[in-house]
Amino acid sequence: MNMLSRRSFIHAGGAAGALATFGFPKMAFARANTQRRFVFIIQRGAADGLSILAPTGDPSFAGIRGDFVQDSAGGAKLASFFTLHPALAETAKMYSDKQALFVHAVASPYRDRSHFDGQNVLETGGSAAYRLKDGWMNRLIGLLPADEGKALALSTTVPMALRGTHEVSSYASSQLPTPSDDLLARVASLYEGDPQLHELWSAAMDTRMKAGDSMKSSSGPKGAATGALAAKMLLGDGARMAMIETNGWDTHSGQRGRLNAQLRDLDQIVASLKTGLGPEWSNTLVVVATEFGRTARPNGTGGTDHGQASVSMLLGGAVAGGKVIADWPGLTQAALYEGRDLKPTTDLDALIAGAVAQHYVLEPSRTIATLFPESRGAAVKQPLIIA
Amino acid sequence: MLSTTIALNRFGLGARPGDQPPADPKRWLLGQLDRFQPRPQALAQVPSRTEVVGQLAEYLAAQQMAGRAKRQLQRASMQVEGALPQQPTKDADPQADATKRYFRQSIRDDYLVMNAARLDSALTTDTPFVERLVNFWANHFAVSVDKLPVIGLAGLLEFEAIRPHVLGRFSDMLLAVEQHPAMLLYLDQAQSIGPDSMVGERIAMRGGKQRGLNENLGREIMELHTLGVRTGYTQADVTEFARALTGWTVSGLGRGPAARLIGGSPGQFQFAEALHEPGTRTIIGKKYAQDGEGQARAVLLDLAASPATAKHLSTKLARHFAGDDPPPALVERLSKAYLATGGDLPTVYRALIESPEPWAPRPLKFKNPWNWTVSALRAVGTEQVEPMMATNVLRQLGQPTWQPGSPAGWDDIAASWAGPDALVRRVEVAQRIADKAGSTVDARALAQKLFPESLSEPTRTGIARAESPAEGLALLLVSPEFVRR
Repeated sequence: MNMLSRRSFIHAGGAAGALATFGFPKMAFARANTQRRFVFIIQRGAADGLSILAPTGDPSFAGIRGDFVQDSAGGAKLASFFTLHPALAETAKMYSDKQALFVHAVASPYRDRSHFDGQNVLETGGSAAYRLKDGWMNRLIGLLPADEGKALALSTTVPMALRGTHEVSSYASSQLPTPSDDLLARVASLYEGDPQLHELWSAAMDTRMKAGDSMKSSSGPKGAATGALAAKMLLGDGARMAMIETNGWDTHSGQRGRLNAQLRDLDQIVASLKTGLGPEWSNTLVVVATEFGRTARPNGTGGTDHGQASVSMLLGGAVAGGKVIADWPGLTQAALYEGRDLKPTTDLDALIAGAVAQHYVLEPSRTIATLFPESRGAAVKQPLIIA
Repeated sequence: MLSTTIALNRFGLGARPGDQPPADPKRWLLGQLDRFQPRPQALAQVPSRTEVVGQLAEYLAAQQMAGRAKRQLQRASMQVEGALPQQPTKDADPQADATKRYFRQSIRDDYLVMNAARLDSALTTDTPFVERLVNFWANHFAVSVDKLPVIGLAGLLEFEAIRPHVLGRFSDMLLAVEQHPAMLLYLDQAQSIGPDSMVGERIAMRGGKQRGLNENLGREIMELHTLGVRTGYTQADVTEFARALTGWTVSGLGRGPAARLIGGSPGQFQFAEALHEPGTRTIIGKKYAQDGEGQARAVLLDLAASPATAKHLSTKLARHFAGDDPPPALVERLSKAYLATGGDLPTVYRALIESPEPWAPRPLKFKNPWNWTVSALRAVGTEQVEPMMATNVLRQLGQPTWQPGSPAGWDDIAASWAGPDALVRRVEVAQRIADKAGSTVDARALAQKLFPESLSEPTRTGIARAESPAEGLALLLVSPEFVRR
């Protein structure tokens, strides 16, 4: 049962000695443009990691989770200790194809329980809410060659993680009638003397040209349409980096049904991203993360309240997947954070910095210092990305 | 930028073609505090709470029936030896499913009607400053129609709890909001059960499903509605407050063991003693020994009177009127006005009007989609909108009514609204509004009226050189002057 010891790392499929550092042969900062693509999917509202990737092998699990243990029925068994929620069917396939990696008991530096502060920390990359004024994805742009740093928000406005000094565009499919080219040109000249509007307008026109008309009518389930749109934008020369926002993870009541629908939607986003990107999927890293987790025990209304650690996912053909990384803290009363939440044992900042550094072959210490300047840890060194 | 332009656009909702520019902008704003109508003609036709809650109760009952039928069918199929376990089917009880669909549609219709009524009220009001404040407070006490029970009730929260108190005391508004079914259902309070309450003990004795405390409303009251985040309260304070709040629920919608114990007519606030956690609570160092409903009420009154609350509310007001980075001196002045009068809101508004910061003669705010839509429709003299169109336009512009997606409400800073795609959508909608107005509007004259002596040269010439009156109007509606205030 050494799997349960506080300081053991759990792996499956991966080499047992995966903790060893291999070093990165091409670690120089200035580097050639690659075909790398990066997608950040944020789960707003605090997604319940203990239901998404249930630690069914933990002896305390069944006792503490009540009805929620039924969520795991029919889910894929990972690393003989965890069970993936059955709604994540396509994600489970990625795991068996070694294209999905899960990191459990992970959390940002934020240790309180406000969604809005927690999301601000997750997106700015600071150590406390509202300390930094720009987002870590925007700062990442500065580390990349111009082509590779083209970033897009799949929404009408730009979310915090992408805000900052580097130009970022936003795009979402619209049902409104397209304005005439003449009006668009006149608006452009109307905005010429207004720096803010000029920049927004130029970015919008650029993206619009690249999206083409086919995006006007996206059909099918919401998640699939979002994934397909993201893939299309990432294949053109409009963007190499994208952020997708998902809402609705704040399951204070009726969690089982709601989480099931949320996860099906997420599963469709990543599945259609993969399909849409085709061969470029092998150059792609998708990071899925939430602001914090939820209470280990169900609350009084069939849901869970705000907690601490949750699960994060690395998906994509570039990912050294097929494993779960967890310095598993356990679920006994004494092991829970403040007696109620899964205790954070892995630093989300270190994970993101490690994954991004490996993905783009950037120097890890410089990457973490840029993306998460207030972080005291080092970027995760274990292989997260296929070299 | 003249103070007339500021009063009309930054404090108000934009001028209408027939409006006379106010000669004394400050007096015009102050006068609105005496003229405001909590229930104007535009809201006369909105469905009543009894209607909405009746539909919701029917829906929930049908849902329960459909669920029961589904389970029976599953059990029956499992008893047939060798049969494969059936997937849950939708057709177990077609009658219940049809009833469910019918009432879900009725509830959606209520939402459409209420959203249009709210927009009509903003389009026709001659107290646009107070109407803006209604919108401000409705967003402060945000609920989101992502949850089905909230769809029909969100508008009622604004009409019943915000509008009547927008010119009263904050504590009265706070109580009205926290006891409104929309809030009680949105933040899961209606089903929260004290573990040691009568119902809680009965459940525990039967070894039944885990049901009990839900701390969602307690936390958001402290974090969002009153004190503000990081003001010193702890997780223990949140949990204690949640205990004090147990028993605050809504009648006529209950399911499960508690339903019978909650009296009252459907949709009304009820205090259900049987759900209330007995005992004295300690919250932020103070003991609350009250019995029953009065316990949480006493906590709310203390929260409303706290200097942290004064600062939190003043910061938000200052941000709304004086820029994304609220000037500290203004926040301080508003806080003082709040604390000196026990949270009398008109006193705070007067302090705002009399302060120099909101009168800075340059644009301080990027309009959010609701504000932009209202001002654009007012500019062309629209007084009534078609319900479906009203809903769709705001959705496409990125601010679906009563659906901010979280209890924090919509952000009030430019970065949240000034996105590339968001700007294109305004152009799309502007073209639609302008095409509809046709050649009836002379955008050149209208521009002078909307921004008295404040129109920039590029906007003036841009409009003048447009190829048609409609195009000129569309350009006016998306001009730098018009997208900001």
